[in-house]
Amino acid sequence: MSLLVFDGLLLFSIVSLAWATLTSSDERLSVILFMAFGLVLAVAWGRLLAPDVALAEAAIGAGLTGALLLAAVRGQPRPLLPGATHAPRKQGAAGVTVVLRLAVTLLSAALAGTLAWALLHAFSSTPHDLLPRAISENLEASGVSNPVTAVLLNFRAYDTLLELAVLLTAVLGIFALDQATPGYQPAGPVFDGLVRWLVPVLILMAGYLLWVGAHAPGGAFQAGATLAAAGVVLRLAGRSRTGLPDGYMLRIVMAAGVGVFLLVGLTLLLLGRPFLGYPPAWAGSLILLIETAAMLSIAATLLLAFLGGQPESTGVKAAANRQREEISRC
Amino acid sequence: MLTTQILYALAGCVVVALGLRGALLHASLLQRIVAINVMGAGVFLLLIAVAYRGPGLPPDPLPHALVLTGIVVAVSATALALALARRLPAEQDDD
Repeated sequence: MSLLVFDGLLLFSIVSLAWATLTSSDERLSVILFMAFGLVLAVAWGRLLAPDVALAEAAIGAGLTGALLLAAVRGQPRPLLPGATHAPRKQGAAGVTVVLRLAVTLLSAALAGTLAWALLHAFSSTPHDLLPRAISENLEASGVSNPVTAVLLNFRAYDTLLELAVLLTAVLGIFALDQATPGYQPAGPVFDGLVRWLVPVLILMAGYLLWVGAHAPGGAFQAGATLAAAGVVLRLAGRSRTGLPDGYMLRIVMAAGVGVFLLVGLTLLLLGRPFLGYPPAWAGSLILLIETAAMLSIAATLLLAFLGGQPESTGVKAAANRQREEISRC
Repeated sequence: MLTTQILYALAGCVVVALGLRGALLHASLLQRIVAINVMGAGVFLLLIAVAYRGPGLPPDPLPHALVLTGIVVAVSATALALALARRLPAEQDDD
């Protein structure tokens, strides 16, 4: 009974925070409400026995997404309005807008109703637990004992490989669009003191999450996000270096996740096994190898996303200068 | 059929609808991006509710893995969307 009251309160705060986030007219306020929404969601994941997801939500969903959005609000003195530079809308459009808003609201409500109906229909049909049973039966051969890690890195490794490719594509898109935004002011003594403690703890935490992911909640995603958070803290404190390598090394780190994953898959293919079908004796070590590379790539990607573009890299610039000199000499 | 499962799944449906409404109605690009993130969170709530199988039982790990993947893809898509949104006013000023 008391649990039902807790559920009710939790769901009420989730829905009302979502409502407040979406109806606020101030961009900064709506971003902060969104971060609160993410943290309350993390509590809900804990309640529904999904600690892996709770960790990822708190670190990525609420933490890094919030940091990205807040940085975007900071960089944008006026609201990001599409077509803001064009002439103001004609009068008389107000009536149409009210009708349009009502129509969109009704259609969204209809979508919620349809979804709920489909779900209740699915719940009332006979439950089938074929997949969960198959996972728990094969868990021993997967090389890890955390079922979520087993699904991500073994049973459905294909999905995770493609997800890392999505991450790489997104960061390449960001590189193509813009240079990194200018850094922050140097931190005051209190924040600077905190940074000295926080950054090593975050790095240690990332290593722990990576290692523990094999048999308890954790893994490459949570570890990568924690590592990226260390870089974000350094940047917020006004440090010029965020731990990202320069030049070609940066490119290697960015591509390491997809690269190592593919290399392992292709090597197994050459040895006559299916693509990413690990031999059970090696599965644990191969998963740790892939996860280490994936963690570095995820951390670099998330941090580059926070920087907002390609960092001013001394290595690449020096290489380009050298090339230019060689060309002029010819 | 569990009360908890149904309650959380229904809340997920409501959050999806709220997010969609916000994404369609907001004038500010940044708030549209936030709204799409809220909509995604609603889908995650739905999936995790479906995975829940009662207090003593281990939940289904497959939707959990899907949601983990979803969270990481959502943050990278958000970062790309923000980079595009940053470029948009500059491109319009060039016209």
